[in-house]
Amino acid sequence: MSQLWRILLPTLVGVLVLSAWEIAVRILEVPIFVLPPPSAIAVSLVTDLPSLLDSLIFTLKITVGAFLLASVAGVSLAILFAHSRLAERALMPYAVVIQVTPVVAIAPLVILWTGLDNAWTALFILATLVAFFPVLSSSLLGFRSVDRGLRNLFRLYGANPWQVFWRLELPSALPHMLAGMKVAGGLALIGAIVAEFVAGSGTATGLAWRIVESGNRLNMPRMFAALLLLSGTGILIHVALSALEYFLLRHWHESKIRND
Amino acid sequence: MRLDAVGKRFANGYAALEGFSLALKPGQFTSLIGPSGCGKSTVLNLMAGLSHPTSGRLDWGQAGKPDIGFVFQEPTLMPWATVAQNVALPFTLTGRHAAMDGACEEHLAKVGLAGFADAYPRQLSGGMKMRASIARALASRPALLLLDEPFGALDEITRFDLIDQLLALWLGHNFTTLFVTHSITESVFMSQRVVVMGGKPGKVLADIMIDEPYPRLPSLRAEARYAAWCGEVLEGLRRAT
Repeated sequence: MSQLWRILLPTLVGVLVLSAWEIAVRILEVPIFVLPPPSAIAVSLVTDLPSLLDSLIFTLKITVGAFLLASVAGVSLAILFAHSRLAERALMPYAVVIQVTPVVAIAPLVILWTGLDNAWTALFILATLVAFFPVLSSSLLGFRSVDRGLRNLFRLYGANPWQVFWRLELPSALPHMLAGMKVAGGLALIGAIVAEFVAGSGTATGLAWRIVESGNRLNMPRMFAALLLLSGTGILIHVALSALEYFLLRHWHESKIRND
Repeated sequence: MRLDAVGKRFANGYAALEGFSLALKPGQFTSLIGPSGCGKSTVLNLMAGLSHPTSGRLDWGQAGKPDIGFVFQEPTLMPWATVAQNVALPFTLTGRHAAMDGACEEHLAKVGLAGFADAYPRQLSGGMKMRASIARALASRPALLLLDEPFGALDEITRFDLIDQLLALWLGHNFTTLFVTHSITESVFMSQRVVVMGGKPGKVLADIMIDEPYPRLPSLRAEARYAAWCGEVLEGLRRAT
């Protein structure tokens, strides 16, 4: 299939679906508060853009911050665990507890601790907790998958611990780390949104709040516009992290090599 | 350089070697042959310092422990680094950047990989990866080269090619070589001396000198004396069972 078709085909499907949607809603006279036509959503996206953008930036700040902190913390802990069984035995169970406890369940607690007028911090903490575990577990797998032969080679030439880490363990773990971070990027956004839903109003004014508020006011076009921005953001995060992964692994990793 | 009544018992109680002695003459090409699990690789690891004997000792003689090159069963190249960076690793890790000038290019050329310096390992065939691995082991001009069944995974044509190349390198630089192998013909064709190992824990069963001048030509493989040496090694291996 040619490059053109690969772009054209999904675009065509999208246009068809949107047209069918628009026509069906008009012909069947579906009330706008049940299902708005795409045209109304587009109008809302333009007219409400300033306030929606404010909310998007609020959510995006939490997402990006949580993603970065989760990545740093996850990789750091993975390095610690990879070098110390003792640390792993002592701390891993708690990392698992954080992973298996639904964020919705601990959100009220965290919000209570930070105070309702400090919702940003609460959301930031919650999103970080959600995003953190995949980075940890993938990176740990990476640091544990270092080739034994290469390890021996480094020992043969008397490599110091820093050289082993920097020139062997880190590159070996990189593909796994990036895979974990790709999952974490999506989870950070989900965490930021879900936590905001739980937080309710407060001082939080992210996209989740826009969706709730639009729903309460039966302003469906704006609700859809907010949703659209939300999934667009998710796609953007995924594309950005995939691009980073491609850039870092393009020369050597099997997953990035085209059949040539 | 010699191993003196060396024993190696692993943490799980398994004794790989017991009272094993082997002396290597400087510059000699020695093959170590034996069935799987007889402790051949353990001997190499002890010499390389990758593990330590639980009894006995290593005696390096007056010169002290030499620089060692090691060729593993697998090419063991870093997939994220270019061929040149892989070959330069011994210099990078030991910080002897000054000694590196030209040494890597020179050795890449010697193993027939000139022009592949900037390639990544995945772009190379199995034989070429092994060549890169040999270039890396030799680039720092070690006095002792240890090889652990390096050609086991290669097809015969590539293997003969690499054997010729390794012999040419050895003739040019005369490093002491200990070549661990499963292949009787390989050991006889390459070595001045074939040490047959066997038993659990492993011990020396036969020590055969191959008195044949170098360079050894492929036609040697058709000679009667070559077959006789192979028979002698085989006889030694039979004693293992």
